[in-house]
Amino acid sequence: MAHISVPEGVPGIRSLVMFRPESGQHLYALAQILLRGDSPLTEAERELIAAYVSSRNNCMFCMSSHAAAARYLFKDKKQIVDIVLDNYERAPISDKLKALLTIAGKVQQSGKSVLPEDVLMARNHGANDRDIHDTVLIAATFSMFNRYVDGLASLTPTDPAAYEEMGKRLGENGYVLPKAT
Amino acid sequence: MPYIQLEDHLPGITGLLEYRQDTAAPIRDLTQFLLRGQNSLTEGERELIATVVSNGNECRFCTAAHSAAADLLLGEYNTSEKVKQNISTAPVNDKMKALLTIALQTQQSGKSVTEKSITDAKQAGATDAELHDTVLIAALFCLYNRYVDGLSTVTPTDPEFYRGLADRIVNRGYIRPPQGFDYLKKKEFSKV
Repeated sequence: MAHISVPEGVPGIRSLVMFRPESGQHLYALAQILLRGDSPLTEAERELIAAYVSSRNNCMFCMSSHAAAARYLFKDKKQIVDIVLDNYERAPISDKLKALLTIAGKVQQSGKSVLPEDVLMARNHGANDRDIHDTVLIAATFSMFNRYVDGLASLTPTDPAAYEEMGKRLGENGYVLPKAT
Repeated sequence: MPYIQLEDHLPGITGLLEYRQDTAAPIRDLTQFLLRGQNSLTEGERELIATVVSNGNECRFCTAAHSAAADLLLGEYNTSEKVKQNISTAPVNDKMKALLTIALQTQQSGKSVTEKSITDAKQAGATDAELHDTVLIAALFCLYNRYVDGLSTVTPTDPEFYRGLADRIVNRGYIRPPQGFDYLKKKEFSKV
């Protein structure tokens, strides 16, 4: 059970933003701009970074929902997602994306863990300032979301079908603040 | 030196928020609501939460900035120093001790927040909204600290810089000034 009185039966962050829509609106606005707005990274790649960071934070709700969104957006290449979550070095993705995932994994630990050589590696594989900026900000943002969701012990569904539905919704509609009941 | 090209006159978080203003807007709005909006926790108490989390993440820029903001709001330098050293002996009430403890657990990981620390806070009088805001402020500063250090932004060493910054975030808040920050290029403002 959640640590505070959120609407019953509503999973994860949705229950928290329904409890406090005044902060929730800004959280959803940030997710929408960062994951769906202008970026050199595709929406699928950005959801993949979100799922990877959430996986490293052991946040089951965020990992499952963003992995589902990434699978939906990668379409016929959706198997990429599970390979990345298992071991991204073996995944059929570009060297640039691998280098960016390395940076995201460091940010998950601590900002200070990102070293000049990590950034140089990404640049050598073609990453520009915006690729690097957006990767760091996505990883930092999910370091927030993961703590929010688990720190208040919000409901985490265990049925994979529930996440597939969320992934489809996030892939088609993006981040829309749920209406308070 | 920062890992990406940022404006020289804007060290720490400000250069990043100016670099990408569309993502900065909801981050600024969220911060303004959580730290300056209507709340049963005082602005000083909320800045103390930001301070202990930033200190736990060893983010020197954010720790110095929010310590200075807390000092300005509380009118003294002692409390922000003591909460960084030891929450249980710091000069804050029992509810704040419990909330700062939850903030530090959140800083470690969302899963580190224990049932006991939640019960302790509720017994000390914390409301659901205060628990919510404590966890979200702590989580938000885990974002800020990683953003600032993950891109290796400049951390000024002159304490005067942080007193100027604290004056800005206490008296003007966290929303971007409509005229931007070009005025900080002037010599009398750039003591770093």
